[in-house]
Amino acid sequence: MRNNPETGMTLIVKTITRLTVGLILLFGIYIILHGHLSPGGGFAGGVIVALSFVHLMLAFGKDVAVARISKNMASNLESIGAMMFLLVALLGFLGGSFFLNILAKGNPFNLFSAGTIILSNISIGIKVGVGLFAIFLALVVLEKSK
Amino acid sequence: MNNITIIPLFVIIPLAAAFLTSLVGKFIKRSSETIIFISSLALFAFSLYARFLLNSAAGKIMVYKIGGWMPPFGICMVLDGLSCFMLITVNLIAFFVAVYSLSYMEQYTDKPKFFTLFSLMVCGMNGLIITGDLFNLFVFLEIASIASYALVAFGTEAEELEASFKYAIMGSVASAFIFIGIAFLYSFASTLNMADMARVLSNKQNEWVIPFVGVLFLMGFGLKSALVPFHAWLPDAHPAAPASISAMLSGVLIKTLGVYSLIRIFFNIIGATQGYLAVLMFLGAISMIAGVVLALSQWDFKRLLAYHSISQIGYVILGIGLGTPLGILGGLFHLFNHSVFKSLLFLNSGAVDYATGTRDLKETGGLGKLMPVTAKTNLVASMSIAGIPPFNGFFSKAIIIIACLEKGNFGYAICAVIGSILTLASFMKVQKFAFLGEIKDKFKNIKEVPFTMLFPMVCLAVICIFGGLMLIPSFRFFLDDAVAVILKGTSYASVVLEAAAK
Amino acid sequence: MILYFLCLMLFCVGLYGVLRKRNIVKMIIGLGIMEYAMNLFFVLIGYRFHGRAPIDAKDQNIFNMVDPLPQALVLTSIVIGLAITALVISIAIRIYEKYGTFDITKIKRLKG
Repeated sequence: MRNNPETGMTLIVKTITRLTVGLILLFGIYIILHGHLSPGGGFAGGVIVALSFVHLMLAFGKDVAVARISKNMASNLESIGAMMFLLVALLGFLGGSFFLNILAKGNPFNLFSAGTIILSNISIGIKVGVGLFAIFLALVVLEKSK
Repeated sequence: MNNITIIPLFVIIPLAAAFLTSLVGKFIKRSSETIIFISSLALFAFSLYARFLLNSAAGKIMVYKIGGWMPPFGICMVLDGLSCFMLITVNLIAFFVAVYSLSYMEQYTDKPKFFTLFSLMVCGMNGLIITGDLFNLFVFLEIASIASYALVAFGTEAEELEASFKYAIMGSVASAFIFIGIAFLYSFASTLNMADMARVLSNKQNEWVIPFVGVLFLMGFGLKSALVPFHAWLPDAHPAAPASISAMLSGVLIKTLGVYSLIRIFFNIIGATQGYLAVLMFLGAISMIAGVVLALSQWDFKRLLAYHSISQIGYVILGIGLGTPLGILGGLFHLFNHSVFKSLLFLNSGAVDYATGTRDLKETGGLGKLMPVTAKTNLVASMSIAGIPPFNGFFSKAIIIIACLEKGNFGYAICAVIGSILTLASFMKVQKFAFLGEIKDKFKNIKEVPFTMLFPMVCLAVICIFGGLMLIPSFRFFLDDAVAVILKGTSYASVVLEAAAK
Repeated sequence: MILYFLCLMLFCVGLYGVLRKRNIVKMIIGLGIMEYAMNLFFVLIGYRFHGRAPIDAKDQNIFNMVDPLPQALVLTSIVIGLAITALVISIAIRIYEKYGTFDITKIKRLKG
């Protein structure tokens, strides 16, 4: 995050962003991982993760954010997230049924409980996070090209 | 791994193919084509195998419980005669369209993205057909719709974007009505499983909820299937898409999203009364006449075909709306036949476009000498859609007209005959201006299209010629099982719940 | 009852935006309003008076929760709405590039 005064917003916004962007990302990951215990989950957490990148892009300009995740990488990661979700669903076939929760359920209210739900949440989180970022990126690119 | 494991495969295969193509399509050359070819072939083979399994299944029904949850709580997938009929229709057309697209899509850039969207659309349609849960049906309907909005705009030319915008707005309004209908049904019946909902609705009387929901669904699915008061988007959207996608949209998408959902909800969940059937028949009859009258004055090849789709959907809805076994048989048979010959016609128009670069009938002419296979398959399809005796279109139209007479609806029978005559006139125009007559100088050097485009056209033409054989008794189980499911009406509930309890 | 009525009004506002506005961006906003109205309606269906949030927590006995199913379904519906909005906005931007206007009455190259 080099401080280039040519691009992006003012110094105040940049400084605040630098302080908060990591926290936002961390909060998104927290929401994803605790999806089976508290409100939220893959989609909500993924949106927060995507917003941290969007935040970065708004404050520092497009190039800084794209240096973190390029458009190609975003679309690949999105496909990988979808494939992971499908794999988690297919894992159920080991126990006899599509989407069957075959892993040990554990004790309620522990982080490692609820079997495959946490895996589904992580894959949805990846898909939504990069997918939403890719949508935003695509719209920005479209705006530039005119 | 037992027999019913085949049911979720209809969703898993296209979904996996969609994301695999977008993942590896960019890096490995020709990988996306290979994946799509294999997946669509596998889907077609599995749908035929599912038909085979269904014959031996008890009660001709198979229920798959996702995640092992019992039906009123979890989502279940139901494979019965009607779903199996629709699955075979969809996957047959999808396979031929996929083969056709291998060469045809060379004109466009970014094939992997096209195949991703194509696979998602197939996934949405297959899922919609086999699901036994009302909200799940809505989700799959939206997957198929969103993929089709994007596919219509695939060329990103001005007309295509405009058509896609119109289609997306109308489609979203339709989805909103369907969603509100589902919300009302949920608040009334407190369940979303289709079988359970049918059971609750038949036990619980209410004077206004069911008619209100019926109107909402009629608006929503009527918009999706382009019945006449709601048809404005179709003549723009279908011609704008690439020809292979037009074949998918006109051939199977409007039938799956519109007609199949309408049948499933009106006959199996709500329970069709004479009032609904009269409305359906009336809408079918006006679609039939209005579509073909509007088609007569068109000079754009694909636009003409799109108007004929409206007209032919009218025949299907009229047949089903009659509510008699013969009428429903005719309607479903016409649904299958229309999928085959309308996709063949759109593939022909794509071939003409591919070879000459234009779809204006005033500019083409005499292509029959230079493109013999396209011209002959087009002749077969034109005869079929107009209802000339040896071809499949004749049999289904004849059954619908006989069913009308049998029920005493002489007016509708006359409408169907008039529609058929006008269709014949319209396709004689296509024959005259596209394939017969003198060739224009600028088209002297065109060649026949490549083999991968010819093969699907020839296969579909063969199905058109021999389609009538499906009515002979040893093949009729394919149609009769589907008709039996519709005629069972709301006792669908007990059949599914019993099959699930096993 | 008044809540359901307000929902219906919101839906009609959205429908008015879709059907009557000439600017395609305003049409998209109308579509969004319509989607919010129907999501709100579906959540309201599951509401119970003095109900609490349907979250299972430690050391709490479960009573008088609102219906959690519509909330889960509305989340799905929001995702669908997001996908449609993103697609339609990108189409609108491309339309602006091709036609140079957002006015729907000037965007009519398709005839018949």
